Amino acid sequence: MDTVMLSRIQFASTTIFHYFFVPVSIGLALLIAIMETMYVRKGDEEYKRMAQFWGKLFLINFAVGVVTGILQEFQFGMNWSDYSRFVGDVFGAPLAIEALLAFFMESTFIGIWIFGWDKVSKKVHLASIWLVALGTMLSAFWILAANSFMQHPVGFAVNNGRAEMNDIFALITNGQLLVEFPHTVLAAYATGAFLVTGISAYKLLKKQEVSFFRKSFEIAAIVGIISSFGVAVAGHAQAQYLVETQPMKMAASEGLWGKSGDPAPWTVFATIDTVNKTNKNEIQVPYLLSFLSYSKFSGEVKGMNELQAQYEQEYGPGNYIPPVKTTFWSFRIMVAAGTLMIVLGVYAIYLMWRKKLDKPNTWFMRFMFWGLLLPPIANTSGWIMTEIGRQPWTVFGLMTTEDSVSPNITSGQVLFSVISFTAIYAILGAVLVGLFIKVIRKGPYAMDNEHGESHDPYNKEGSTHAFS
Amino acid sequence: MLSLNELWFLLIGVLFVGFFFLEGFDFGVGMETQILAKNDTERRVLINSIGPFWDANEVWLLTGAGAMFAAFPHWYATLFSGFYIPFVFALLALIARGVAFEFRGKRDSKAWVKTWDVCIFFGSFLPPFLLAVVFASFIKGLPIGSDMEMHAGFFDIVNGYTVVAGITVVLMCLVHGLMFTTLRTIGDLQERARKLARKLLIPLAVLLVAFVIMTYTMTDIFDKRGVLLWIVVVLGVAAYLLAGYFMSKKKDGYAFGMTGAVMALSVASIFIGLFPRVMISSLDQAFNLTITNAASGPYSLKVMTIVALTLLPFVLGYQIWSYFIFHKRVHEKEHLEY
Repeated sequence: MDTVMLSRIQFASTTIFHYFFVPVSIGLALLIAIMETMYVRKGDEEYKRMAQFWGKLFLINFAVGVVTGILQEFQFGMNWSDYSRFVGDVFGAPLAIEALLAFFMESTFIGIWIFGWDKVSKKVHLASIWLVALGTMLSAFWILAANSFMQHPVGFAVNNGRAEMNDIFALITNGQLLVEFPHTVLAAYATGAFLVTGISAYKLLKKQEVSFFRKSFEIAAIVGIISSFGVAVAGHAQAQYLVETQPMKMAASEGLWGKSGDPAPWTVFATIDTVNKTNKNEIQVPYLLSFLSYSKFSGEVKGMNELQAQYEQEYGPGNYIPPVKTTFWSFRIMVAAGTLMIVLGVYAIYLMWRKKLDKPNTWFMRFMFWGLLLPPIANTSGWIMTEIGRQPWTVFGLMTTEDSVSPNITSGQVLFSVISFTAIYAILGAVLVGLFIKVIRKGPYAMDNEHGESHDPYNKEGSTHAFS
Repeated sequence: MLSLNELWFLLIGVLFVGFFFLEGFDFGVGMETQILAKNDTERRVLINSIGPFWDANEVWLLTGAGAMFAAFPHWYATLFSGFYIPFVFALLALIARGVAFEFRGKRDSKAWVKTWDVCIFFGSFLPPFLLAVVFASFIKGLPIGSDMEMHAGFFDIVNGYTVVAGITVVLMCLVHGLMFTTLRTIGDLQERARKLARKLLIPLAVLLVAFVIMTYTMTDIFDKRGVLLWIVVVLGVAAYLLAGYFMSKKKDGYAFGMTGAVMALSVASIFIGLFPRVMISSLDQAFNLTITNAASGPYSLKVMTIVALTLLPFVLGYQIWSYFIFHKRVHEKEHLEY
């Protein structure tokens, strides 16, 4: 395989793996901040215990998210140096701001949160988890500002063969960012929420620490239902923006070769034949694509054949059609997972409202447990659609993936890195799942004395001043 | 007045100096877990002593790289693609180290703890070694062509000069880490840390002298920045001697400051020698990457300057504050998180 293909595999595996943990961190940080707020306001120790128990999972997850993030930053230079040269001026800025504004904040205040339970006041401790939560959100904003530039480049001019920034405000008010940011962040909140409801459902089924897990379930279910609805609304806005700015991605995600007809139907299922550029066995819902694209029940959507001809005129000869099947199915998987989340969320709220969480329908709680997998499935397929659907471009209309790769690295080098990083991801993934299971099995009240150590913050010997 | 290009070169230099000063001691403490600690409890005390800090210290590296990407994209691109394999190893080491802190205490099995301890050791040893190799080859010059691409062979990167630099920095991290340990522990562990630091001063002196001589003969940086570099060398020697003096007087805080100063001056000398170049071509001077031809446009630099100057005081403020919160010593009777 050539360096382009191998570098793409490395980018995809790193991004997908990294993105299992990022939304969990963003989501759990918010939930823990809410739980600790309840503790500080009500003084109920159970809420403190909640922040600590879910905090334990948060920290294991956060560690893996952080370390895979380092590779994420470095591989632009390592594998995509020509891309970095071309867009560094525009793309590097949000990355640098992310580090300066968000990473420092997250890493410093997470340290204060972990080690500060007995060293700072309750309010300062609470503030530090809120700052961590804010930090994860700021981080998402700036990285998505960079990503949005790749989807819909704005605020730049090409000078001396490089894209140079000329308007930072255009970059952070990019229409793409304004739809992508809420969609992604709400999805992250939903991810954390469904993880908590899922684990709580499991514990409620086993009738262990019922009060603790019922409270956890309730907080998370509320966050989960609000954010799941929000994701759908933001996703709808994003689809409409897509029709305007990246019609080819939209057409590919619909498997739409010719014109859609007016009103346009939405294809639920199709056997896509990319060689003959036709579909068989289509099942369609009338009007729906028009509605998704324009929020009304009429309007035509352009197909891939027409767009291909149009792009060839605009950008020169070449294949501008992304991998259609991948784009088509990843979109459907995302939508299906998101819909299921809303259904589960609504029923969970119903049970809460009727105060039936102590005697839940076991079948529903089992669904709710497995429901913790829905957000990662939706997140992953969503990103696959977004990134694969943009091919052959890295920066839409400006630079192709093929031109982005580092010219001085060999396929042997990249193969070596792909294998070693994939191996370490596999190990980390397995260890993380194992530790999650261990922490969950033990439950919230088995956390003390893990190392057989006594907890004595008032010990005098510990108070010797360092600089004496 | 500084031009924006000069300012960003300076800022990146400061970020890397900060990184080596701060993460330098937590790398050192990571190495101590195998060299100094006698048992698991001591190992845990050591890890907990850097617990609240190491993650933020590492962000200095991420910010340095991010600033390079934004301010000097060609520097970032040439550097990271040119040193592909060293960075793969450095990243694997940093990944293993980062999770090891969090993972090691989560199960009781001996094999489990041992595995992560090995990760902590290599993860604390390899990154400073490899980064020092990279920094030393910056000033030695690398085969960079007219297209700004670097095609380096094994011996362009790994040679006598860069390996001496690597070992020197690793030892410097260890001594600096030992001094940090004297500040955050008590009793026997503290005593042993102070003793070992003193013992290591002689080999470190030999390495530092060798490095300065090699730099003088093998690179052009003393020709370019003679006076300034000699001042750095003199300051370095002074800081070094003071470190030894304070150690013998058990003034650990001052000694820590001095080992940090030696580290900071060493890293700074690389940047001073480079300026105004950012990468030196061994093929032809004309192919050097400089703060002019490797930089972003003036608009980008201006925006970044405003952002950085606005945020930096806050960042420095809360980081210093976090060191203040955790200024008390860690000992085995306390609750140990890791």
